[in-house]
Formats: sequence, C-alpha cells, structure tokens
Amino acid sequence: MNQNGYKITTRNLSLSYGPKLALKDISVGIRTNYVTALIGPSGCGKSTFLRALNRMNDLIDGVQTSGEVLVDDIDVYRNDVDVVALRKKVGMIFQRSNPFPKSIYDNIAYGPRINGIHEKNKLDQIVERSLKQAALWDEVKDDLKKSGLALSGGQQQRLCIARALAVDPEVILMDEPASALDPLATAKIEELIFELKEKYTIVIVTHNMQQAARVSDYTAFFYIGKLIEFDETKNIFTSPKEKQTEDYVTGRFG
Amino acid sequence: MRKLGRKLLGLSIPLFSGLCAFFIVLIVLIVMGETIIGGWSTLSWEFLSTGPKEGMTEGGIYPAIIGTFLLVVIMSIAGVPIGTITAIYLSEYASQKSILARMIRFAVNTLAGVPAIVFGLFGLGFFIQFVGTGMDKVLSGGAELKWGQPNILWASLTMALLTLPVVIVSVEEAIKAVPRELREASLALGATKWETIRKVVLPNSITGILTGGILAVSRGAGEVAPILFTGAAYFLPHLPSALSDQFMELGYHIYIMTTQSPDVEATRGIQYATTLVLLVLTFALNFSAMFLRYKIRTRTAR
Amino acid sequence: MQALQAPNKSETTLRSITTTSNTTTPLASQGNHDGDSTKLWWKKRFRLGEFLIEKSITAISFLSFAFIALIFVFVFRESLPIFSTSAVKKPAETKQVQQETYGDETPAAELQQQVDERKRSVENLEEGGATAANLAGKIWQPVSSKPKYGMLPLIVGSLKVTAVAVLFSAPMAILAALFTAAFAPKWAKELLKPAIEILAGIPSVVIGFFALIAMATFLQKTFGFQYRLNAFVGGIALSLAVIPIIYTITEDSLSRVPKVITEASLALGASKWQTALFVVLPAASPGIFAGILLGIGRAFGETMIVLMATGNASILSGDLFEPVRTMSATIGAEMGEVVFGDTHYTVLFFIGAVLFLFTFTLNAIAEVFIRQRLMKRFEGQ
Repeated sequence: MNQNGYKITTRNLSLSYGPKLALKDISVGIRTNYVTALIGPSGCGKSTFLRALNRMNDLIDGVQTSGEVLVDDIDVYRNDVDVVALRKKVGMIFQRSNPFPKSIYDNIAYGPRINGIHEKNKLDQIVERSLKQAALWDEVKDDLKKSGLALSGGQQQRLCIARALAVDPEVILMDEPASALDPLATAKIEELIFELKEKYTIVIVTHNMQQAARVSDYTAFFYIGKLIEFDETKNIFTSPKEKQTEDYVTGRFG
Repeated sequence: MRKLGRKLLGLSIPLFSGLCAFFIVLIVLIVMGETIIGGWSTLSWEFLSTGPKEGMTEGGIYPAIIGTFLLVVIMSIAGVPIGTITAIYLSEYASQKSILARMIRFAVNTLAGVPAIVFGLFGLGFFIQFVGTGMDKVLSGGAELKWGQPNILWASLTMALLTLPVVIVSVEEAIKAVPRELREASLALGATKWETIRKVVLPNSITGILTGGILAVSRGAGEVAPILFTGAAYFLPHLPSALSDQFMELGYHIYIMTTQSPDVEATRGIQYATTLVLLVLTFALNFSAMFLRYKIRTRTAR
Repeated sequence: MQALQAPNKSETTLRSITTTSNTTTPLASQGNHDGDSTKLWWKKRFRLGEFLIEKSITAISFLSFAFIALIFVFVFRESLPIFSTSAVKKPAETKQVQQETYGDETPAAELQQQVDERKRSVENLEEGGATAANLAGKIWQPVSSKPKYGMLPLIVGSLKVTAVAVLFSAPMAILAALFTAAFAPKWAKELLKPAIEILAGIPSVVIGFFALIAMATFLQKTFGFQYRLNAFVGGIALSLAVIPIIYTITEDSLSRVPKVITEASLALGASKWQTALFVVLPAASPGIFAGILLGIGRAFGETMIVLMATGNASILSGDLFEPVRTMSATIGAEMGEVVFGDTHYTVLFFIGAVLFLFTFTLNAIAEVFIRQRLMKRFEGQ
C-alpha cells in the first residue's frame, strides 16, 4: 500500500490529559507486516500511545493531542479524517476481553453488519474465516449460537481477535492482550500473533518482556511518557543503547 | 458519677436510635396492616370488576382501575421515550462541561423537586388553557369546547412531566452500568456513535429502561394532586373512550370517597378496599423495580 | 528518510529502522499510487442519519429544560393579573369557563352570570383597598359576596404543619440512619432499608387516608385535643412522607464518611457511640442539613396528606391543635371550582407560584450543600 514500508508513522506526537502530559514528542515508524512491541513500566504511556493510533483517546474528556499520526501517509488527526473509517482500518484488541453479551456468531457478525453486510451466506463465510484465522474455529464451530461470555478467558480473547479480523483491518493494535490469561492461553495468543503478521501490521503493548522478545520484530521502550529507545527487538534485548532501557530489560526496575 | 453518665449515654444512644429505627418499621407495618385488615372483607372479584352503584355507596371500583391504567399507559407512552432519550443524551452525547448538558441536568433536578400540586397548576394553565383552548380555536373556531377542558390526555401529560425525572435518573443509571469496554469494542470495530448506542448500549440497558418505566408508573398511579383539576372525575357512568374524556382514578377515588362522599361512614369498606388495591398495585410495581435494579447491579459487579 | 526524521532524540532510534527499509519516498506525495477508493479511505463522510439522530436527541433532551421554563412562565403568568390593578380580563376569555356539567352546553345566562361574578369580585377587591393589602389580610374567604384573599392564615397553616412534620421526622430519621450506619446488626439493616423504601413508595393519598381514618382518632384519644383533624395530626401524617427523604440522604452522607476517619477515632480509644456521635455525625452534617431542607420542601409542597388530615379550616391561630388549611391544600381544594381567569383563580396560581419558588429555593440550597460542601470535605478539593 505504502511504498516506504511504514504503515504508521508518528511525528512529534504529544498528548495530555488536562494539565498532565502523558506523551512527549513521540516520533516512531511502524513497519508494514511486522510486529512492533511497546514496553515500559506501567504508567509510562505505552497504552496511551497505542490508543492514540486509532484515536480511541478521543472518547476521554479533556485529552489534547498535538503532532501527527500518519496512517498510510494520512495524518489521522486532521479535521477531515473520518474516525470511523480509521477504526475500521486500525482494529483494536483490549486488555480485558470484551465480547458483547451476544452469541459467538453475532459477536463476529457485528462488524460486517454495521458495514451493511446482511446476506446470511456471506456472513457465514466471514464468521468462519475470522474464527479460523483466530484459531478458534475448531473449538466453537458446533455451537456458534452459544453466548460469547460462556467461553473461557483465552477463548474470549481469541473471539475478540476474530471479531476484529471480521472487519478486514490492516493494522491490529493489541493492548496487553494476554495479561489476564494463563500461560497456555497466552502461548496460543502468541502463536496467533505470529501467524497474523503475514497479513496484518501488529502493534502490541505488553508488560511481559519475554513476550515482547518472543513475538515482536521491533520494540519501543517507553518511560514516563517518552520514547527512550526504538530498535529491532534483538538489539533492544541484547545491546540496548540507552542505560534506562538496559536497566528495564534486565529487570532492574519496572 | 461522670463515668456512670458516660456509660448511660453509651447505652442509650444505640438504644434510642434503634428505637427510632424500630418505630419506623412499626409505622410501615401499621399502615399496611390497617389497610389490609380494613379492606380485606370488602375486596372481591365483584368489587374489582363492577362500577360504583347507588350513588357511589355500593359497588366496585372497576372504572377507577381502568382509568388509572389508561392514565399510566398514556403517561408512559409520552414520558418513557422522552426520559430515555434525555438519559441517552446526558450519558452518551453531552460532555459534562457543556452548558446545554448542565441546563438539562438542572432542569431534571428542578422537575424532581417541584411540588405535585404545581404540576397540576401547570397542567391547567398550559395544557388545558393554552394548548387545549388553542386547539379548540384552530379546530372549531372556538365554537366547541372539546380540548380546552380537563381530560385524560392532559392529566396523563401532566403526570408524564412529573415522572420524567424518575425515568431519566433510572435509565441513566442503567446506561452508566453498561461497561465501558463494550462501547470501546464497538467503536474500535468502526461502529459510529449511534450504531454503538443502538446495538450495544441500549440492548444492555433495557432492564434499566423497564425499571424507569415501572417506577414512573408506580409514582404516577399514586399521585393525585396533579390530576385534581386536569382530568380526574368524581363519577362517570361510562369508561373513557377518547383522549378528550375525563376518567376516574384510584387515588382520586380514595380522596373523594373519604372527604366528599354523601355518607362517609357507610362507605368505609369501599374506601379501605380501594386503598388496599392502590397499595398492592404500587408495591407490586416497586418490588419488581427493586428486583430489576438488583439484577442490574449484580450484573455490573460481574 | 527526511520525512521520518524526528528533531531530537529519536533520530538515532529511527535510523536503525530506516536502514532496513529500502525506500525513502517522501510521505504523502499526492496521487502517486492506488486507486481513488483506497486513496480516499480517510475522507470524512457526512452521515446524515447520524447527524439527524444526534440533533433530534439533543432537541428532545432540551424538552426537560423547556418544560421547567414553561412551568415558570405559566404558573407566574396566570398569577400575574394580581399585580396589575385592572384585574378584569379581556372579554374573549369568558369562553374559557370550566364546565362542571360534562358535555352539556353552558347556557349563555350562566356564562353571563359568571362574568358578572368575576367583575364583582374584582370590584370588591378594589373596594377593599389595594390587592396587596387584601392578600396580606388575615381572612381567607374567597367564596362570598365580599371575597377576602388574605393569605396569612394559609401561610401560617403551611408553616405550622411543616414545623410539626419536620420536628417529628428529622430526629427520628437521623437517629434511625445513625443506627443503620453505626450500630445496627446486619439483620436490622436488612429490615430497615426495605421498610424505608416501602414507606417512600406509599402514595401520599394512602398516607392521607390512614391519617384521616385511623391516626387522627388514635392521636385524639391519646392527647385528648378538641378537634380530631388539626395541624398536629396533619404534621405527624406528613412526617411519614418526610422520613424517607431525610433518612435516605442522611444515611447516604453517613456512609460516605471515609472509613479512615472512623477507624482513627476508634484507634484513639473512642467507643463506638462516641465515634458515631462526635465524629461521624458532624462529618456528615452538610448532607444531613440538606436532607432536612429537602424534607421541609416536601412537607411544604405536599398536598394530598394535608388536604385530608388537617381539617382544612382557614383559621389564623398559633394553636397546633386547631384545624388549619395550608397553601397547597387550598389550591387542591378550590381550584376545581373556580372560574377560569377570575381573581380567585389568579390568587390560587399566585399561591402556587409562591410554593414553587419556596421549594425551588430550598432544593437549590440543599443541592449546594450536598454537592459542594460534602464533596469538598471528603475529597479534599
């Protein structure tokens, strides 16, 4: 799509909640079809940064943003940008799995339906494809009518991923998607991320450094609202340039 | 000596406050007991299904039950949608700082505090005198007095206004109980605000809307002051068949039977039984609202 | 490359990525690749439905405010003629005569009679001096050849009944709330809270009925006063409607007193009741005060209970055991029988306007107490 290989680029992105500055001058390039991990101690702004990418922060009263977030070369904070279209393109998975209190089928069909797809067989196809992509199809194919809330935590999170995939996004933002899951379910999600990067650009926030090291190609280290270091993951973990990064990844604080 | 005083105080405060609490419970039991004992013997299927007879000294309260029912139905049709929409606006669209939202909040709080009788005056001055008379002028050139007088429509609309804050507060509470995560999930999928409200927020607050409606109905069925001169009638041989008809109503019936009946002593049984019916009706409504609310709260705490 | 360069620190961090990238095409060069449909994915669309829905929702929500404004306007408008000396209205309004006989046509003669009556009442009013003087009079006698609209007995009546109600209900409700918050065992709480909710749900006409039929007789037997229905009975009956209000707000503000304060007191060796009385109760006092104000407002505006239980005689006296007629009950009892637009009608609206203003002011003050004082105290802002 974009010739320079960057799906999302931020330039001097700053963000404040009222008087409190949460992000300071973040400039970063997120590459197409790679997994970029955002790490840092809690409260460092990594989740805020993630939510700035699809303008989810708009929902919070008193948030002010400056600088640019370019998605496919368009500054999405421009006045003439359609937030709805942006969010279709840039999907999001949340920390706490949040299926709608509807059936599995209806959860996944939600996105396509609001996009005007109502033909049964088309929806069936999308549901099946999305569930397969999210590696959930085999577990739930026999009871798609079951409530999404009846699934286990890990399944719920994969349902949410399937739901996000159903609207054909190009980027998937994940906000600590495995933080509430047991190791087995976490492993499944990580496996999934690995497969998904074939087709999607993925940005993942995690507080788990092993996870960042396992799944990501690039890693950004945030500290108190600032981007301290951004590099290929292996460099961040083996030869960080900044002292703070080193302290953090070696577990000296955080 | 001092020690003794303190000890006595230490005993008497819990005891005295406990007595007050006990007394309140006792009052509630007495009011209920008195009504049940007084009304039980008169209460019968016939009492509920027939109209007053013999100059209202005998017979039942069927027209008053129907009148009350129609009153709360028309009231709900007018009030519940407006209340729900206002609650949606306040919780979903308005930013808390906007002047309009503050104005509306102020209005809702004020509405909740206006005495019921003032609503009655407003119903008379606005609905009957202004709107009704205006309608008569437009419809028949003022020749026919149809809308410019008390009727069930004006009474219901007055009551809808009185119960509006009940609906708004209740629905808003339910909407706020819908987890933020669900809204975010919907918006992150590229749904618009209204799509999110319609498909996620409203389906999840339907019990709250129901609760608001029930509480409003319970309140509306119990209030008499607003309908004293906006539509309630002493006695009508026929059930209301049009919006421009007057109607009989349970609470109003209690009032006139106890204060303006030709023979107050002879109709004690009817008075008690009517009160019992009204009490049972409001309790049933309130309990179902309490139950629904309890369900909403436990679900939120999931 | 230049496009990606950040001015300061992140330059180094970005370089490592750009080295792996092949191209350095400047960003956002116009019209280079992709079809129009994908190129303009970001373009803001005007969603008519969304726009209309938002506007309608806003407009409908505004109705609440519009109605409050209308209540102000209409209640005051109808009472306005009082303030002008020529209380006679335009002849066109003679048509706005309430019909007591349903469906029948009002005979012209009757109409004329009503008009005359109204004129006469106005004349009488003027005869008796300025309107204001008449309103401030000591006699309320609206239906007579020489109507007197002295509001004094009604105001005193309302005050007497309200005073009894609040003096009776406030201590009881506050103590009961203190009991729930500080001393009550669990089962007592679970008994008291539903009882209060039930009490709050009892229609006022039912309380009025209970007071009229049962309580008045009981109180008369106990205290032996002369008139069965009087200000005292009305006040006690009213307190049944006021107790839930004061209780709920007091209980709410007591439970909002932070646990740390209570624990600090207990840790200093204070006993449970000392903590409750000297720490928790004072800390919640703005809320309790607000509750009392709302209770006064409710008592002052309540109609059905006083209409049924006070005896409804407009006597100006300080005796609590004599029958009284309150402002609200006067409206309730007389508005059904007045001629639209005449002086009596206007005066009743004027009373309504006074009631409205009074309760409005009380509620506003209570709101300030609840919102500002209480919040400030506990949230330290």
